[in-house]
Parts: sequence; structure tokens; C-alpha cells
Amino acid sequence: MKLSFYIHIPYCIKRCGYCDFNTYTPAELGQGEVARSEISSRYMAAVAQEILRAADQFDSSQMPEVPTIFFGGGTPSLMDPHDIAATIEKIDEVFSLSEQCEITLEANPDTLDERNVAGFAAAGINRISLGVQSANQKVLATLDRTHKSSNVTRALDLAVSNGIQGRSIDLIYGTPGESVADLEESLDFALSLPIDHISAYALIVESGTRLARQVDSGEIASPDDDEMAEKYRIIDERLEQAGFDWYELSNWARSAGARSRHNQVYWNGGNWWGVGPGAHSHLDGRRWWNIKNPISYMNALKEKSTIIAGEETLDESAKHDERIMLGIRLREGIARSELSTKQEEVVSKYLLSMDVDERAWSEGRLTLTLSGRLIADRIVRDLVL
Amino acid sequence: MPALSSKKAPQPAATNPAAIRNFCIIAHIDHGKSTLADRMLQITEVVDARNMRDQYLDRMDIERERGITIKSQAVRLPWRSGIDGQEYILNMIDTPGHVDFTYEVSRSLAACEGALLLVDAAQGIEAQTLANLYLAMENNLTIIPVLNKIDLPAAQPDKFAAELAKLIGCDPSDCLRVSGKTGEGVRELLDQIVKDIPPPIGDANKPARALIFDSVYDTYRGVVTYVRVVDGKLSPRDTIQMLSTGVKHEMLEVGVISPEPMASNGLGVGEVGYLITGVKDVRQSRVGDTVTTFNKPAKEPLAGYKDPKPMVFSGLYPIDGDEYPVLRDALEKLQLNDAALVYEPETSAALGFGFRCGFLGLLHMEIVRERLEREFNLSLISTAPNVVYRVTTDDGKELVVTNPSEYPAGKIASVYEPVVRATVLSPSEFIGTIMELCQQRRGVLLGMDYLSEDRVEIRYKLPLAEIVFDFFDQLKSRTRGYASLDYEPTGEEEGDLVKVDILLQGDTVDAFSAIVHREKAYPYGVSMTQKLRELIPRQQFEVPIQAAIGAKIIARENIRAIRKDVLAKCYGGDITRKRKLLEKQKEGKKRMKMVGRVEVPQEAFIAALSTNSEGEKAKAKR
Repeated sequence: MKLSFYIHIPYCIKRCGYCDFNTYTPAELGQGEVARSEISSRYMAAVAQEILRAADQFDSSQMPEVPTIFFGGGTPSLMDPHDIAATIEKIDEVFSLSEQCEITLEANPDTLDERNVAGFAAAGINRISLGVQSANQKVLATLDRTHKSSNVTRALDLAVSNGIQGRSIDLIYGTPGESVADLEESLDFALSLPIDHISAYALIVESGTRLARQVDSGEIASPDDDEMAEKYRIIDERLEQAGFDWYELSNWARSAGARSRHNQVYWNGGNWWGVGPGAHSHLDGRRWWNIKNPISYMNALKEKSTIIAGEETLDESAKHDERIMLGIRLREGIARSELSTKQEEVVSKYLLSMDVDERAWSEGRLTLTLSGRLIADRIVRDLVL
Repeated sequence: MPALSSKKAPQPAATNPAAIRNFCIIAHIDHGKSTLADRMLQITEVVDARNMRDQYLDRMDIERERGITIKSQAVRLPWRSGIDGQEYILNMIDTPGHVDFTYEVSRSLAACEGALLLVDAAQGIEAQTLANLYLAMENNLTIIPVLNKIDLPAAQPDKFAAELAKLIGCDPSDCLRVSGKTGEGVRELLDQIVKDIPPPIGDANKPARALIFDSVYDTYRGVVTYVRVVDGKLSPRDTIQMLSTGVKHEMLEVGVISPEPMASNGLGVGEVGYLITGVKDVRQSRVGDTVTTFNKPAKEPLAGYKDPKPMVFSGLYPIDGDEYPVLRDALEKLQLNDAALVYEPETSAALGFGFRCGFLGLLHMEIVRERLEREFNLSLISTAPNVVYRVTTDDGKELVVTNPSEYPAGKIASVYEPVVRATVLSPSEFIGTIMELCQQRRGVLLGMDYLSEDRVEIRYKLPLAEIVFDFFDQLKSRTRGYASLDYEPTGEEEGDLVKVDILLQGDTVDAFSAIVHREKAYPYGVSMTQKLRELIPRQQFEVPIQAAIGAKIIARENIRAIRKDVLAKCYGGDITRKRKLLEKQKEGKKRMKMVGRVEVPQEAFIAALSTNSEGEKAKAKR
């Protein structure tokens, strides 16, 4: 059996206006006066405890092998490389890492320097995912991001020189005020970088964020769907030209080997353990998620009480819905044999409108064309409702 | 439980008509009629304190909640006069307070010799009250003016006493002042009823004649018929006969309400009570009809029977098509209790199977709809209300149109639409805005009178179609709620009317067709197409929305094809959230209707078919 690990790092130096992730500044947690190294060691100690709890769930003679680890956040690059190393060692100790285990660290370009990049590499990090978002200063300001493009270049050069093989960046498109030229600027910049993977996300105005309040008050214009569609087309065209193939709706990789193996575990219905506050886990059709607040989470661990906030067991119909919902976003798509006659009828409608790839369909797979990817949610609703 | 005093009091079937006083209360909604009735029940001791509850006589939940009486009923109150010390029987006949039920009101009035004109001392008289007052005066009833709620700090009894005095031609000092809430003045009022209202006059030896003034379906007893005996006597063992149809019924029970039903030995001249015959349908025991006995039948019916005629029509459709049989059964059951409700099945390409229903007016429509939803747990879509049109085509054929989609497409020689005489009572500061509204709605001014220095009565002739289309909402909002409205049908007039169709992707959506005045066709088309553009979500293809008169397009909007319908991100934590959203959408999908290839959410139908203010609300919820 295989079990991936997602390690959530719920800390940021500041909160960006668009972000609704489960992350906090030390001040928000009443840890404003605590040294960063202290926050790191305390938190990673809690993580180690949950890893031990995870181990208890398995028969010691049949401990699963760990094919991928992903440090996400928050800002994982704020953690001390020694603590990251200890976490990886802990997982290897109680489970065991696969030979080619992919270990990814999400990083903010501003937080990386020669010392910690070397430390992360030494800890075993072999893939880095940088939150670049945009190369345009105006757009970055709207997103509350502070980094300079030169920091991005420097961070990636450090990753190269330290032998971190997997290098990816995140882009956000459709930020209010972003012109097509601004987007092109970001793409030019991205394609000049030493990377083999790009994730590009449309900006979503999540309720409860500062951005949502700004949109509600009219201070910032709401992102427009048609514009988003246009920008997605530009991104896909530019990346494909540059040799990046899409393999999931928002992800492009230079080669099959450069794809994020960890994320494919999510999309293919694999098993993973999410460690940390608010983290979600999936194990053989059972999903659960942890207490969201980091302090409550750490206290619960200390008091040896449950850290689980909620859970669900998927029945066959829910499993099928998820397979459609996740599979349709992948280049490999869904096997035709998984579909009912009724669902095949739905597909025929989308073959006519050229949203479904005709050749793949004739070869037995449901795969979306570019226009189909842009209405994937609608096609899913049509298929499962 | 009968109160102690009723044992000494004159008994039913053995009461001298000279000791009977039959009266009703004319009052506007919320002017305190039910509260005053509560006090009368207590003071006459027919209900003791232990069994008392608010609005004792209102039986339906909806009556209590909305504070209105939908159906009338009658209560027998024994009363020892404070003036002469004699025992009397007061029959209080409750009347519905709304214009839609004018016919029922007129029958209640016909059962009485007197009426209390009950007016809120803080608000003054309202248009509907005025209409009913005139009705009572036409019936030669003795009017006792009463100002209620004198306990309120905002009460202006002097001002409104002067207003009432002017209306009925009495002295302001003749207006009684009471508080239904505290009971102040209620004893005096009961004494005044005995003193002023004449006793009923009838001939006990003549064949029995009794007027049906209400007919109610009861799940356990069948139809309960409320009557006022004019001549002769009705006894428990009589076979009774309806004079209009000649149909016979065995009497199962006769009695009085005081305030719970009590069987009696019969009902004599001037008495008010109920009959039960085992009939299951109120249409066999109709308000206004005359009851006589089969053995000794009367020849002449009492004056005034007429069939209630529906004035406003609307299509009712279950939101969930599977509920059609439930709706059918529910309408059947409601009709047992509501002779004025008519319906027939109809099919709409857009809404599926439903019923075209006819109502007395807008309130009647609203109440029926609300009862269907509440008592039968139905979710309904109703099409915009319309009136009845009489259409003559060029080839001389005449037809009656109750559904806009049946409006003939060919050459039309003439169309007639119902018109009403509308009365608006309002503070005089709103005269301008009211006249403006009435002019916009094709009104013709009939006259205007000042009721007092700052209150005015404005009379207009208006097409009924204009009133059913949000007139009342507009009137209320333009006068900050101060104006009140009453109207009565006065016949029909030729109108320059056209049918406007709404087309989605070139297909007519029957539910949206409307018959409007030619001059309003364009604004109607524009507003409807704009509304629908907002309400219908973007589809995979472009959807033109057009408004048309016949083949001529008068307005057009476009719903652009959707280009993006996908969330960019879907990682570990998003999966549960995304699937749950999908599960929720499964529910929403059931509420989508396909119009051709276009998916239209139910909300769009509801919002597009409702009047403006409701539509705004529906939009706000989205």
C-alpha cells in the first residue's frame, strides 16, 4: 500500500488580500513575540506527533510506503530546514520513503536565501514550488504580494545550484486591473526561468477575504469570466508553444516526469495523510479533516484528544461522482467504460460542440478540448446530475 | 362550554323575535374587529376567562396570522340590557373585510337589521369600509358608529367622529368610543345595540324561508350552512329544500353557535344558526340561496341570489411536476369550502401540467395560493394574473379568453375588457400622485370628495387588468401606505389591446404571454426581455430573447454564450467541498425547466412572472 503525506504549514509573515487558505500570522495566533525558529520547532514537534498517530493506524508489519511528501501552506519556507529534515526523517523512520520519493516544498521567493535553500536540499527536498503569481508590479500590489522578480530568479538559481531537480512556479491570472499585456509580461518572465512545471490559477474572489470586501464595496472590479476564458487560452497557447503540455486543467509540465506526482495522487483517488490544522486526508474511501485553528490543534495533540473536525465515508455513487469530477480535469480523462449509457448520450452533445476530443473518444477515453476544459464544471454537472 | 347565563336566557326556537338583535361589524383589516368580538364573548359570559384565546372566532391559521376574516360566521350572545334589565339575544354576524368578498358581505348584511361601523380612532375610515358602509346603508341597516382603540396614544377620536358623522349623517356625539383591548365602552355598546337596532320582523306561520349567508366545509361534519330565518321555522326533523335548485336534503342537525356549536330544537323567526345535512360540497348549499321545507315549501325566494363570478385568472403549476395529482386533489378539497373558486386543467409548454384558476380578486387569489402551499405542502408557480377578455374576430366569431396564450392570432375585430369603479381614500397630500398613477393606468376620473379637511375620496373608472397588475403595490408605495383602495366591477369596455409574446431562441414561452394595451406593449416587451436576460443563466450557446406582437419583434436582448464554467483549483481539501456543491446542485437541477434547448431556473419564472417588487426580492435572494 502507498500513502502520500501532505504537511500543512499554517504560517505566513502577512496575509494576502485574496487568500482564504488556513494560514495565520504569528501575531494572529498571539505568538507575535516568539522567535521564528521557536515557532518552527514547536509546530514541527506537533507535526511529528501526528505522524506517530498516523503510524498507529497501520499494522506494523504492513506499513505503507510513502511515494510523495508535500509541504504546503501557508509559507513552508518559513520553517527551519532542520525541522523540515526532522519531519522527513520521522516519516521515513515510521513508514518508509519510496526510492524516488518526490518531496515538494512550497516557497515564497522572498524567504529563500543561500543558507536555507542549501538546508532544504540537504533535508531531502527535491522539488520546489514558488509562489510567483505575476511579474507585473501593479498586479502584485493588488494581490498584496511584495516580492521582486529578481528574488524569483535568484531563488530558482539557488535551487538549481543546490541540485533541486523539480522546479515549479504558481501564476495567478485575471487579477482585477491585469491587462492582456500584463499577463504576457508574466508569461515571458515565467518562460525565461529554469523551471519544468507551471500551475496557473484564475483568481477567485473567496468570500471572507479582504479582496471580497473590496469587490463588494466597488473599490475593485469583479473579475470577468469572459476575460478569464480569454486569458486561459493565451496561457495554454503560450505554454504549449514553449513545450509545456497541460496534464491537469491548471497544470503544465515540460515532460511526463516533471508532473507533480503528489497532486496526481489527489486527482487519481489515491491515499494520503494530511498533517496539520485543517488538513484533509483520504484513505480508501474515507475522508476526514483536522481542526482548523493551529493552537487548538496543537493543544488537542498535547491533551491526546482527537484532532479530527469532520469526516465522511464515500458510498459508490459519491465515489463515482468524484472520479468524474476529478478525472475530467486530467489529460488522460476518464475511461469510456466508466460511463453509463445515459452519460454517453450527454457526451455526444459535447462532441457536437467540440468540447470533447473526438479522437480520444473513439479510442475509448473522455478527454476535454480547450473549450471543453473551460466549461468542465458544467460538463460534470451534466454528467452526474 | 356554555356559560351559566345562557341557561336563564331565551332558548333557540323559543325566542320572541322582539328580543332578538341581529347585527354585523363593518371594519377594515386591523381596525380591531376580532379583539372587540373577543371582549363581547367575555362580557356576555359565553366564553369564560379560562377558555379565552385571542381572535377566538378566527378559525384558520391564516386568518389569525393575517388578522383577517376570510369566511364569516355568527355567534349567539345572550345579554341582559343595562337599560331595561330584560334578557336579549344578540346575534353577531361576522363579515369578511375584503373587497374580493363583497358578495359574501352583502349576504351577511342581508341577514342583519343593524351594523356597527367600527373604525380605528387612530387611522380613520378606509376605502373598503366605506364601500361596505354604503352597502349596509343600501340594505337599510341601522348604523351604529363606533371608534375603536381609544386607548392608543395616537387616537384622534374627535377628528374621526366628525368624519364618521359626516359620512352617515349623524351627530359626532353619537359615535361610541370603545377599546376592544381594555373592554372600555363595550357594555355600553351592547346596550346601544339593544336600544337602536330594530328587532327582526317575520311571519312565524308562513312557510319557512331562511337566507344562507355562509357555507363552510368541515372535515368531520360535512357542509355547515349558516342561515338567518326570515319566516316560519326550521326543525331538526325537517327535510329542507334549496329554492334555486329544488334539491332536497335531510336535516341532520340544526343549532346555534355560542360560540361553540350547540344543537337546538330548531330556529324560529329572526334567529340565526346553522344547519347540517351531510352535503359534502358547498356548491350544493350556496351563499345567497333560500332554504325552505319540503313539506310546506315557500314559493318566493328571498332576494339577492347570484353566482359568484371569477374576475381574475391565473395558471397554477406545481414546481415539481410529480405533484400535479396533489395539486388536483388540493383544489378539489378547497372548492368544497369555496364556491367562488373555479379551475380547469391546462398545459403549458414551459411549465408543464397545471390548472387555470379563476378568483374573485387578487386577495382571493393570494389566499388560495397560500392555503395550497401551506395546507397541502405544495410549491407552486403562478402565472401573472389576468382578466377575462371577450374577443370578436373579423369573421364574426366571439370567444372568451381567460388565458393570454389562447388569444386569437388572426384578425381581431374588437376586444372587450372588464372595467371597475375604483375608490381611493387617502390623505389629500397624495392627490397628485394618485391621479398620476390612475392616469398611467388608463383611468378616467369620476369624481372627488373631501371626507374631512385633509382626507379625500377619489373615484376612477379603471380597466380591471390595470388593477391586477401591481396597482395596489404602487398605490401603497406612492402614498407611504396611507391610501386604501376599493373597487367594484361595472361592466366591460372596448380596449385597444394586443398580445405580447416572449420568445426564447425563437420559441414562444406561453407562460410569459400577456395581453396589454397597445401603448404599453413596447415598455412591457423591453422590461420583460431585460428581466429575463438577468434571470436566465448563460448557456453554452447564445440565447436571443425577443418580445413580439404577432410576427413583429418589438424588443430584443441577448444572453451571450458562456465561455467559462470551471474552477481552476481542485486539490486535496477542495474535493469534499466541490463534491458537496455538486450534490447541492443536483437539487437545483430538478428545479430547472427546459424551454426548447434553454435551461431556465424556476426562480427565473417566479421572478419574471411576479410583479416588480416581488421580482426584486427574488433577485436579491439570488
